[in-house]
Amino acid sequence: MPKLPPEPKSSEITAPELYARRREFLKTGALCVASSVGVGVALSQLSSLGSADPPKKPPPMPKPEAGAAPWKVEHPGRYKLDEQQTPYEDVTTYNNYYELGLSKSEPAEQAHHLKTKPWSVRVTGQVQKPQTLDIDTLIRWFGLEERVYRMRCVEAWSMVIPWVGFPLGELIKRLEPTSRAKYVTFKTLLDPEQLPGQGRRVLPWPYAEGLRIDEATHPLAFLALGLYGAPLPGQNGAPLRLVVPWKYGFKGGKSLVEIGFVEREPTTTWNLAAPSEYGFYANVNPKVDHPRWSQASERRIGELTRRATLPFNGYAAEVADLYRGMDLSRDF
Amino acid sequence: MAPKSRQAYLAPAIVSGWLLALAQLGYRIARHQLGANPIATALNQLGLLALVLLVASLSATPLKLTLGWTWPLRVRRTFGLVAFFTVLLHFLLYLGPDQGFDLLQVLSDIAKRPFIAVGFLALLLLVPLAWTSSKQAVQRLTFPVWQRLHRLVYVIGLLAALHFFLRVKADHTQPLIYAAVILLGFTIRLVAWRIKSRKRTRLA
Repeated sequence: MPKLPPEPKSSEITAPELYARRREFLKTGALCVASSVGVGVALSQLSSLGSADPPKKPPPMPKPEAGAAPWKVEHPGRYKLDEQQTPYEDVTTYNNYYELGLSKSEPAEQAHHLKTKPWSVRVTGQVQKPQTLDIDTLIRWFGLEERVYRMRCVEAWSMVIPWVGFPLGELIKRLEPTSRAKYVTFKTLLDPEQLPGQGRRVLPWPYAEGLRIDEATHPLAFLALGLYGAPLPGQNGAPLRLVVPWKYGFKGGKSLVEIGFVEREPTTTWNLAAPSEYGFYANVNPKVDHPRWSQASERRIGELTRRATLPFNGYAAEVADLYRGMDLSRDF
Repeated sequence: MAPKSRQAYLAPAIVSGWLLALAQLGYRIARHQLGANPIATALNQLGLLALVLLVASLSATPLKLTLGWTWPLRVRRTFGLVAFFTVLLHFLLYLGPDQGFDLLQVLSDIAKRPFIAVGFLALLLLVPLAWTSSKQAVQRLTFPVWQRLHRLVYVIGLLAALHFFLRVKADHTQPLIYAAVILLGFTIRLVAWRIKSRKRTRLA
């Protein structure tokens, strides 16, 4: 007679009531897994809404149009910068352009609504030659040069961007402002079809910015038509935007349709929306905090540790004289 | 072995679902899918996750009062605990990767910036609640004392929504939605309490 293997100890035998419940056990297990996944998906979705929304996919760099002449861009040595340039993908997917969406990633996704051809810019107010300009005229008049500038956002992050454009001062000289032109204003396109974010009144539209005339004619003040050698993508303010590297980024009005010359300090959008937080001057200043956060340091996009913020964003040697005798903590 | 209630799987499912959500966030950080400013995005996501979990835990009583559901009450503690750990992660991300463990800067932020002070206060108030979340703690404190202590979560919920509201630059829709859900819950509690106390006076 063959010998049977030893029986399991009686203590190891599954209790009959548990054995009978094995189906229930499997069912509970399946329910547990299913609801884990449900809870996980729901939590992931809810926590990446709104401002926490990361970019879906980076837009490709625009190709020059077929038949169009490629841009001839000068690279003057004066405006090189010995700092790592922020990658094109980051410059074009992390944007504050509320007219195209309130999160950082939305402007890149909504930019296709914006049609930049044809485009015209009205010159108004105290000038000898009020007129309407198109983009080709501007390129013909001034050519294109590259300027690598630091861009410091009022939200305490920064980038280094190779802009393509021309100095604002050259345009102003050509337009011949009158002696009553003390300030220059910059208005963004008002068209909720092309800028769907204007359908919601989170800010008073159209976005308006302004500079004192001596700031506007400073050699660093720049009108950009492109970045990284190619035309501006919509989310960066195509086809024409202001770049004032020693001021917080919100001073740089995007998709400009009007440049005006006025006698009095103009109303500017963020200053109107929250005067205690955003001044008319908005010069980068590590000593004057935003009421809700410190401006002493910043995160350079792509870097892990914060870096100290420099007075006038590192352009103090060039521009500090513009503000001599002013109390910069009052006129912030 | 006493048969457990039918929804015994819910609490572990919430914990593992929460871990899945965190794992997905970690995966997106590791794969550079959080965009140009991953620390800021992760901070926003953890903050929002914490608020969602707090609101979920605060919704248990109003759901029972209005729809008669009792299962949310059984997972209320789990939601509250994972909310606490999420708030803690949110704070640690701000303290470490964001501020580089610059304690002086963080302390001055807490002192000077109302939105950070409000968020930090919410975290501090959550600590005693997480500490006394076990059944033994309820017995040790006695139920009335425990209940009074845990009513702090109403304040914490409002502080969390306020923290979010104060942080936002222009569009306040999202923080207002969360505040509205919390306040709706308070209204339901208040109405139910009024009805109950009126019944009681009528009986007396």
